[in-house]
Amino acid sequence: MLSYIFKRLIMLIPLLIGISLISFLVIHLAPGKPTDVQLQLNQKVSLQVRERIEKLYGLDKPIMVQYFSWLKRMVCLDFGVSFIDSRSVSVKIAERIPVTLFISVLSLLLILCIAIPIGVFSAVWEGSFFDQAMTVFVFIGFAMPSFWLALLLMKYFGVTLHWIPVSGLKSIQFDNLSLWGKLLDYGQHLILPISISAFTGLAGLSRYMRTNMINVLQTDYIRTARAKGLSDKKIYFRHALKNALLPVITILGLSLPGLIGGSVITESIFAIPGMGKLFYDSVMARDYPVIMGVLVIGALLTLIGNLIADICYFYADPRIKNGS
Amino acid sequence: MKRILKNKLASAGLLIITVISLFAIFAPVITAYQPNDINITDSLLAPSAAHWMGTDLLGRDLFCRMAYGARISLIVGLIAVSISVLIGLLLGSIAGYYSGMIDAIIMRFVDIMLCFPSIFLILALVALLEPSIVIIMAVIGLTSWMGISRLVRAEILSLKERDYVLAARACGVSDFKIIMRHLIPNAIAPVIISATLGVAAAILVESSLSFLGIGVQPPTPSWGNILMDAKASLGIAWWMTFYPGLAIFITVLGYNLLGEGLRDLLIPRK
Repeated sequence: MLSYIFKRLIMLIPLLIGISLISFLVIHLAPGKPTDVQLQLNQKVSLQVRERIEKLYGLDKPIMVQYFSWLKRMVCLDFGVSFIDSRSVSVKIAERIPVTLFISVLSLLLILCIAIPIGVFSAVWEGSFFDQAMTVFVFIGFAMPSFWLALLLMKYFGVTLHWIPVSGLKSIQFDNLSLWGKLLDYGQHLILPISISAFTGLAGLSRYMRTNMINVLQTDYIRTARAKGLSDKKIYFRHALKNALLPVITILGLSLPGLIGGSVITESIFAIPGMGKLFYDSVMARDYPVIMGVLVIGALLTLIGNLIADICYFYADPRIKNGS
Repeated sequence: MKRILKNKLASAGLLIITVISLFAIFAPVITAYQPNDINITDSLLAPSAAHWMGTDLLGRDLFCRMAYGARISLIVGLIAVSISVLIGLLLGSIAGYYSGMIDAIIMRFVDIMLCFPSIFLILALVALLEPSIVIIMAVIGLTSWMGISRLVRAEILSLKERDYVLAARACGVSDFKIIMRHLIPNAIAPVIISATLGVAAAILVESSLSFLGIGVQPPTPSWGNILMDAKASLGIAWWMTFYPGLAIFITVLGYNLLGEGLRDLLIPRK
């Protein structure tokens, strides 16, 4: 077990180097120097100040030297300070991550709770009315632009019906509410963002689950179970479901970048102060250190997600565990 | 072609795509307006006989802007996918054919690219390079080839040991010719399917970028930036939100249907 985890960690090293190289190149592709933006804000800055800033960021050195000094700081998660408010980038990101992770994890749970039953029953009743209806639903889900759905729901539930607030994370009177009131307030603000973020992943996973389940139902051990005279219920839920669920672990790991990436759209529509909104704001303001920081952290979160998924798979599948 | 028309999914998809393409091609013919004719007195008119889909805040005819927006969406989708197919074919066939060290390097590169939440990478690149239609197409293409290269690699790995390839190699045919003439044509079916689905994905990405204000820049109309304008008049003008979203939805649906239909046709079930 330990040697497996160790091997997986070693394999991460080239990926980490690659991630750092690409993030670094992305920023250096930009025409003009990062200091231009900061200097535009204050036209009066003299040439000397400009040189001092360039020296501070090491922009006067050759690009390889810049990369290695940047890499050295990145290893300590030091991304410098934001151009906008001069606060440390890692602190800015750290205070935004919990919101985004909370929304992502909740929507992931919601996806699992809905997509797995849909997939399983579509497979069990293959070709039935239910299966066909769900196929239509999957096509709709794949084609629905999440931001359009968000606007429509905002318009209907927020503007027309006034049921729920349409922006932000808490109401103005939040601080005066009781504990339950606070939770309810969060819930009201988060229900739309979470549902929308879940909706985009729903179609894919339910389709995937259906294919898995159909494949498992055609295997020899299911035929044996049937021949043994087991009830359908036992076959489907004790034997087939367990095996069809295994690959879902990997898919959950793989769906993480999509969820984190999707946060840019949902969070900026609903004005939720998460990592996606932070990224959007810094892109709009050309706040290079923050853009670079979020790029790297986003990729790291994906790596960690995949690592956890692989380790879970290792635990869950006795074939791998005993084989290695 | 006949086989495509016999397949229900594929022909439904093809029908949708044809209608939307005609809408885009004949944009100047079917509307009596110009996409950027500002007419403040006609601000936010509801759909009527004069303005089939109503007007926006600046009094521009929405039907006309939708038609010109269709051009953007379709062109961006098609060109972005062509770029990603080219890169995917090139890297995938090199990795699959030569295997060993080159394969390992290319595939690690694919893994690295897949680590980035793609919308982060796209947003950063587009914003840093200044948004324009060409940049958007290039960036979407450059960040979406990974799936195709994996497909091509897998196909070529299984094809390259076949007898006809060995025979060609024995005759002294160059590697380049073997890949281009013998391997890629036989590996193309899954690429066509994935490219068709890729057009749908690229259209979605372009419209979300434009919706966020980092895509196609006003006054050039695109379905995404019409929706961005719609956000400001959300409570007043339903048509501004409804039509562009519906257009994106239907177009994406069309390409997805065609892609799934082609999957049924090109890859025989076991």
